[in-house]
Amino acid sequence: METKIETAELKLTAKDFVTDQDIRWCPGCGDYSILKQVQSVMPELGIPRENIVFISGIGCSSRFPYYMETFGMHSIHGRATAIASGLKATRPELSVWIVTGDGDSLSIGGNHLIHLLRRNFNVNILLFNNEIYGLTKGQYSPTSPQGKITKSTPVGSIDHPFNPLALCLGADATFVARSMDRDPVHLREMLRKADQHKGTSLLEIYQNCNVFNDGAFEIFTEKGSKKQETLFLEQGKPLLFGQNNEKGIQLDGLKPIVVEAASANNLWIHDVHDLSKAALLTRFFEGAETENHLPRPFGIFYETDRPCYEEVLQEQIEIAVNAKGKGNLDALLSGNNVWTIS
Amino acid sequence: MAVSDEIKKAVVILFAGDSGDGIQLAGSQFTTTAALYGNDISTFPNFPAEIRAPQGTLAGVSGFQLHFGSVKIYTPGDHCDVLVAMNAAALKANLKQLKEDSIIIVNTDGFDPKNLKLAKYNNGDNPLKNGSLEKYKIYEIDVTKLTRTCLADSGLGTKEMDRSKNMFVLGFIYWLYNRTLDNTLEFLHKKFKTRPDLIDANVKVLKAGYNFGDTTETFTSRYHVKPAVMEKGAYRNIMGNQATAIGLIAATQKAGVTLFYGSYPITPASDILHELSKHKNFGVKTFQAEDEIAAVTSAIGASFGGSLGITASSGPGIALKGEAIGLALMLELPLVICNVQRGGPSTGLPTKTEQSDLLQALYGRNGESPVPVIAATSPSDCFYMAYEACRIAIEHLTPVFFLSDGYIANGSEPWQFPKSSDLLPIKVNFAKEKSPDSTEKFLPYKRNEKMVRDWAIPGTKGLEHRIGGLEKENETGNVSYDPDNHELMVKIRSERIEKIADYIPLQKIDAGKESGKLLVIGWGSTYGAIKTAVKEAIDEGYSVSHIQIKYIHPFPKNIETLIKKFDQILIPEMNSGQLIKVIREKYLVDAKGFNKIKGMPFTASEIKNKLLELLSAS
Ligand SMILES: Cc1ncc(C[n+]2csc(CCOP(=O)(O)OP(=O)(O)O)c2C)c(N)n1
Ligand code: SF4
Repeated sequence: METKIETAELKLTAKDFVTDQDIRWCPGCGDYSILKQVQSVMPELGIPRENIVFISGIGCSSRFPYYMETFGMHSIHGRATAIASGLKATRPELSVWIVTGDGDSLSIGGNHLIHLLRRNFNVNILLFNNEIYGLTKGQYSPTSPQGKITKSTPVGSIDHPFNPLALCLGADATFVARSMDRDPVHLREMLRKADQHKGTSLLEIYQNCNVFNDGAFEIFTEKGSKKQETLFLEQGKPLLFGQNNEKGIQLDGLKPIVVEAASANNLWIHDVHDLSKAALLTRFFEGAETENHLPRPFGIFYETDRPCYEEVLQEQIEIAVNAKGKGNLDALLSGNNVWTIS
Repeated sequence: MAVSDEIKKAVVILFAGDSGDGIQLAGSQFTTTAALYGNDISTFPNFPAEIRAPQGTLAGVSGFQLHFGSVKIYTPGDHCDVLVAMNAAALKANLKQLKEDSIIIVNTDGFDPKNLKLAKYNNGDNPLKNGSLEKYKIYEIDVTKLTRTCLADSGLGTKEMDRSKNMFVLGFIYWLYNRTLDNTLEFLHKKFKTRPDLIDANVKVLKAGYNFGDTTETFTSRYHVKPAVMEKGAYRNIMGNQATAIGLIAATQKAGVTLFYGSYPITPASDILHELSKHKNFGVKTFQAEDEIAAVTSAIGASFGGSLGITASSGPGIALKGEAIGLALMLELPLVICNVQRGGPSTGLPTKTEQSDLLQALYGRNGESPVPVIAATSPSDCFYMAYEACRIAIEHLTPVFFLSDGYIANGSEPWQFPKSSDLLPIKVNFAKEKSPDSTEKFLPYKRNEKMVRDWAIPGTKGLEHRIGGLEKENETGNVSYDPDNHELMVKIRSERIEKIADYIPLQKIDAGKESGKLLVIGWGSTYGAIKTAVKEAIDEGYSVSHIQIKYIHPFPKNIETLIKKFDQILIPEMNSGQLIKVIREKYLVDAKGFNKIKGMPFTASEIKNKLLELLSAS
């Protein structure tokens, strides 16, 4: 209730989160839609604008903070996660959002990403995945499919790609979700949920780079294929997909299989707290070209409660103050072994 | 036989043995005891790079050198008066350090055929037997056997008994230098609070060592080193890294900001992290990051939030931090980067000292990215310079390099510590909340007369703004690719650092007159050796002076007038000539370098010989 009253008092609208800067993304870039959804969700969160901080690395997506009328830092390639850790460690009351691309977070910043997740600072990561390096003009990224033809891989990339959510779950992330630029309603819902989760929220957002990797997620976003290829996860609900939700997922031992929903009596019920099932869900990752492939899940894969780094850090300080008293500088300067020359 | 008492002005003792022999402990116990007695002291531990190098080998020798006296002491000493060698390797590794008439105390058990072989003495050619040590006063004690005999009834196993060997040696040295056991007895009671059997054992062995001196009649002299004439006041003993940590805490306390320390372990900087993490009751937040890049960037995040972000490392880690330091400089946020230098390049000599990262600190970033650089001159000076680094960072919103090195970081000396009220105040300039009816746009890069912007931290109403590493328009901070603006900003960033020269002390002459034949310019940890050498030369009537530059970028404003009053300039450095490049370039003087690149500090006599050479040639 209280937060609601505060929200009303704040009287913010999406417009209050728009800056006076000209937006420099290519026309048609998926980043525009994401920006719009973020700006429209912000006023609902009940957080005073001055307490919100957006931190990004380098990449097209990382220009994001310039367009948010909040505090912001456009930092260096791959390090937004580490910068946010230091900020959150010292200012736990701030609402900290990290904006990062797939190259930024999974290539150069891969190390910091996994460490942030295991430490579980209470921050939100928006991972804009366009399966390409946009800003450097179109080289393959760690999420590009194998064989991808780009400027740096004229005969196809050799690298096996990362499965970002499987990686994050492997790093013991406490909130793992996926959404896309072309589904504003779902994206807004995921942004709200990410904000509500206490701990690191990792939200992967499929983002179309219409200049260097147009249509990478087309089958998930376009009307003709979306229903067949996507699976929207809802807590407590069976895993259903297809034109009229006619298909479902069932477990055959540990193997997920597609079944006719009508005749199935043992459909998989989604439980965001079930780690084993979440691990299986992240593996719904085959390409559409594979026969009998599973649909790509969207929504919250997993959510759990674990103490946040900044809270325990603060606790340790309070314990030390209680045990030893508030630090006395003169006592620190003199130490325990003083002698006097008179 | 009567034992005579001899008075000595100063003595250098080197304890040496396997790294498992408790050498560092014995050394630091003697140090505290001598300090409490009122001697002036300087110490230098010298460890092998490996934690448990193969026992008995030359690579495994660990040393602790201490120089104490009734006179002012500035270095751990050039040569030893006493060497305690726990085994053959310890003797072999340190023979070079000895004077003609040094005393050598050997543990004979460490000279059995196995140990001789490990120390690479040919065919077991025992130096104790072959007459090669004739010029020294050598005392052979079977420390192992005596320790075991003493503890025969203790119920301890042989291994545990042998761990007390260092106490036997320490007790004996206490006897030799007429010291009481009180300080070490108190220490043992504290250390083994939960193990009364170990208190008993160590106390027994310590006393046995002391009594051994009294009863064996081997020694014909005992020595007295009277208290030094020191300035009146309260003193403590302090190690460099500890002083650094305390300096950082003191500065943030005085400034009233939270200390955030992001760091990744590396020799010889890790002890700063260890020390800081003990002081959580000062609100200190330490963060052991996943690597040096996360260490420095987390510190930048903390500074963005209004804390003082601090990071420390040694050369290899500093190399990794370069890009982020450039970011902090663009953001114009405070950041303190401590570099406890060691031998380089690459992994280099992790446990050895060197001053070879000065140019890295000054220039080791992309673009034109000036950062203040300051350096500590001694273990206790680490306190003051770490404090200064924080003061400059906070008052000028800039990253600041604080340079120390392995020599002073691990060395220790008595310190007449200050009162907190005597420390310079540190003024924090947080931008104020904007009133709701103000229509003025907040300008994040608007500057005051010091050319410093306000520290505008999240949580302050009305100050929402974006900063980043991209070139920015003056005042607004908006991204700008304008050619003229870039030139302007590069100049502003340089000028605002140069301007810090108005807010640091003028360079003092440490010894000698204001003009003369020769000026010795040092920086960092060469202070003690230069000071000792120059003092001796002055006493002998030479025209020589000494300055030790602590503020290297920007330099104090009077350096130029100061150095131009001398016929010759000598710049000793533990590198192949780095400060000299800067001095020559900036002041167009024909300075001479004197360089030692052996991972070891200068001795005072090396410096003295060099300056006499220059003076006699002129
Ligand atoms: C240290 C460093 N290395 C390389 C770059 C060049 N660089 C800038 S963005 C980028 C990749 C961006 O890709 P991604 O993170 O996927 O973001 P996108 O542009 O696609 O949004 C690279 C390689 C840099 N800025 N800094
Ligand atoms: S290059 Fe791609 S990702 Fe970057 S702005 Fe253009 S469309 Fe968007």
